[in-house]
Amino acid sequence: MARPTFWGYRRENGRVGIRNHVVILPLDDLSNAACEAVANNIKGCLALPHAYGRLQFGADLELTFRTLIGTGSNPNVAAVVVIGIEPGWTGRVVEGIAKTGKPVAGFAIERNGDINTIAAASRQAKDFLQWASEKRREECGIEELFISTKCGESDTTSGLASNPTVGNLIDKMDALGATTCFGETSELTGAEQECAARAATPEAARKFMRAFAAYQEVIERNKTDDLSESQPTKGNIEGGLTTIEEKAFGNLQKIGKRAKFIDVLAPAEEPAKGPGLYFMDTSSAAAECVTLQAAAGFVVHLFPTGQGNVIGNPIEPVIKLTANPRTARTMSEHIDLDVSGILRREMNLDEAGDRLIDIMLRTCNGRLTSAEALGHREFVLTKLYQSA
Amino acid sequence: MATQFIVHDKRDTVGVVVVEDVQPGMELEGWIMETDETIRVTALDAVPLGHKVALRDIAEGDTVLKYGADIGRAVKPIRKGGHAHIHNMKTKRW
Repeated sequence: MARPTFWGYRRENGRVGIRNHVVILPLDDLSNAACEAVANNIKGCLALPHAYGRLQFGADLELTFRTLIGTGSNPNVAAVVVIGIEPGWTGRVVEGIAKTGKPVAGFAIERNGDINTIAAASRQAKDFLQWASEKRREECGIEELFISTKCGESDTTSGLASNPTVGNLIDKMDALGATTCFGETSELTGAEQECAARAATPEAARKFMRAFAAYQEVIERNKTDDLSESQPTKGNIEGGLTTIEEKAFGNLQKIGKRAKFIDVLAPAEEPAKGPGLYFMDTSSAAAECVTLQAAAGFVVHLFPTGQGNVIGNPIEPVIKLTANPRTARTMSEHIDLDVSGILRREMNLDEAGDRLIDIMLRTCNGRLTSAEALGHREFVLTKLYQSA
Repeated sequence: MATQFIVHDKRDTVGVVVVEDVQPGMELEGWIMETDETIRVTALDAVPLGHKVALRDIAEGDTVLKYGADIGRAVKPIRKGGHAHIHNMKTKRW
């Protein structure tokens, strides 16, 4: 294959995005209504309502800041309006996003009320939107692309075909110098040694095993049973997956056969060691994981599903593939690529991987994914523990 | 005949049914991906799409192998051709 290129938006800090969103970002749950009002006033802006941001503390608060700042900083976002209940933490998010050099402005509701805040923020959002609308795509190299992956509502067809299809793409993109990311810490249970063996360095392997052990400790401390119907999920079981070990070996197919992960990222942490494959310590819940990967700067997501998880993300396009012929038939509007032909031996993995590369590049060039067309914008912050 | 079940690894003791209508008594053709071999097994149970069929008799307590790896243990005997799932298998973790 010729060295692939794509058409992206180059941002002020040099990073390349594939979408051109103007985001209206609430600091906290209290500011969702104002953000949604601004996005309603100014057509084409994107509000990202969420449930948290109040009375958090310690590592949990830091993760919320990292996720909000990372979301605003993602190169798929052209400019950001931040609205919070008070100016202090609002300013912290604005300052974090401003480090990228992109336009960002903050508004606080206290002493102004919703209506005045919405008016001022709407004027700012309109300026940002018209400014962003004149941005043009330019041709970019594949080494500038940040690709993440996570699977959901997996079944045995995921491990047989759709996850290995992603793995085939990851191997090919890794060799071309792209930056890629997988996660789902608890979902490697049973295959953790095989995963650790895919580390590029002993240090990365140790870091992975530390993250894995810490997550096991959370599960052991809080579990009331063997996690039946949670991990694996009810849908996984319906699809034929019986144990977490079986699910884990299927999950691991997504990183292919050759690529080695060069570092382990904290949730929503930006990769700092250059091109290559990264593991991120995340929940295995789809929206939580993709939100964290988007906040770390990944711009396009590959999501293999078995039984038909319908997730999308507001700023990072989610490309869905399935190898389950029933899902491809009954949920076709959600599926961007049907690889069930692998199970009928009509298509091999190498061909399936090339088809996924083709649909990924078309998505990067502007083609809307099924999840984007259907309006799936699941934006879910990861909460580490109770608020104060 | 079309492939009706797929096996990841030659060592595996279960295969995955990849068609929708497997009924008891059907002779099934399977494909071992690792070695590109064709094998056959007669189904003892109705096995839904995506569910596992045992490729040999598995005793209670035996480790079940898929991907050539340990994916849990049998908590009841599973006969060759039988449906292997949560009614007769369990995780070794958690």
